[in-house]
Amino acid sequence: MLIMISSQDKTLDSEPSLRFGRAPYFILYDIDHETWKAFENQAVYQRGGAGVAAAQFLSDKQVDAALSGRFGPNAHQSLSAAGIKMLTFDSQYDSIHAVVDAFKAGDLSEVPGS
Amino acid sequence: MKPIKIAVASGKGGTGKTMVATSLAASIQSQTPVQFLDCDVEAPNAHLFLKPEIYQTDAAVIRVPVIDHHACTACGICVQGCEFNALAKLKGKIIVFPQLCHGCGSCTRLCPEGAIHEEPREIGTLSIGVTDTGMKYFGGKLTISEPMPTPIIRQLKHKVEYEADSLSILDSPPGASCPVVATVHDADFVLLVTEPTPFGLHDLKQMLGVLSQTGSPGGVIINRDGIGDDRIEDYLKGTPYSILMRIPFQRNIAVGLAQGELLTDWLPEYKHQFQELFRIIMQVIKGEMISL
Repeated sequence: MLIMISSQDKTLDSEPSLRFGRAPYFILYDIDHETWKAFENQAVYQRGGAGVAAAQFLSDKQVDAALSGRFGPNAHQSLSAAGIKMLTFDSQYDSIHAVVDAFKAGDLSEVPGS
Repeated sequence: MKPIKIAVASGKGGTGKTMVATSLAASIQSQTPVQFLDCDVEAPNAHLFLKPEIYQTDAAVIRVPVIDHHACTACGICVQGCEFNALAKLKGKIIVFPQLCHGCGSCTRLCPEGAIHEEPREIGTLSIGVTDTGMKYFGGKLTISEPMPTPIIRQLKHKVEYEADSLSILDSPPGASCPVVATVHDADFVLLVTEPTPFGLHDLKQMLGVLSQTGSPGGVIINRDGIGDDRIEDYLKGTPYSILMRIPFQRNIAVGLAQGELLTDWLPEYKHQFQELFRIIMQVIKGEMISL
């Protein structure tokens, strides 16, 4: 299973980003193999529609779930259409590691409609 | 003589653009017939002062893509061609986000299968009216929740007949981004209304930056004169722009405006000041004054 977490930087120790479309980085985490990879979020540079562009990126990477602080309306609609689950976290998690652990433990809430 | 357009802009919101634009228009209407354009389509309010009788209202539309999913092969060329992320290819299907679409038509032209056609989507209205003094009024209004004012401003400006000798006054939106540029880019003169505060100066600088790109001459009006400090005067000393008028910070002005009264009706002594302002602007436009 592949999950993508919005992040302020490009390691597992990085602070998670509470924004989805305009998060600086995305961390792709493979739950089955415990491997990961960081990507710069190109959608940051978009004038508009960053949520759609970021969702397109996740869809192209065949991600199963997106984890972020919140999802805007365009991101929500795109991720729903792509069949990608959306889960949210708040600022209590200080690293991508902590968010992954919370996801595994089932502590993150799923966004309705995803 | 060619048609003349005078735009009133500010940068910072709430500095008095509409007060200045409506007062200027009302002061000169008796000498020169004026066409008034309310280009602040996200929050139009000039009609509150001019009180035009509206005799025509049309829909403002942009043309957005509609995908024929039978003909579409989901090649994704339209997605890559869209500058605004209004299209996405998700689960092998092209999805349109109409609110992100600027109506440029690129996707329709790029589609190798001819699977895209365009349909009009209403994003606001364009109204035409006339005031009891015979001033022609053109007002645009963006529908609530719609994100894009610029197409309405363009369409509003197209509605106007710019005959020889006609004089148009354009009330700009606040800010210094696309909607403002769409309003002021072809103006013969841009009046910048500001206030002597850090925020007023900050945004005035942005508007002077816009004018340096469009090449229009301009001048500054300080509203709420007496508050703040001399930072506007100090800054303008190093620029080709000067202060054309000052309107003091006075409770009595606000009392009249809050009742929907034109400044020049409420305090008629301002009428002469605006007529004088217009005379100076016309001298600059005609090239009789190179710089202010």
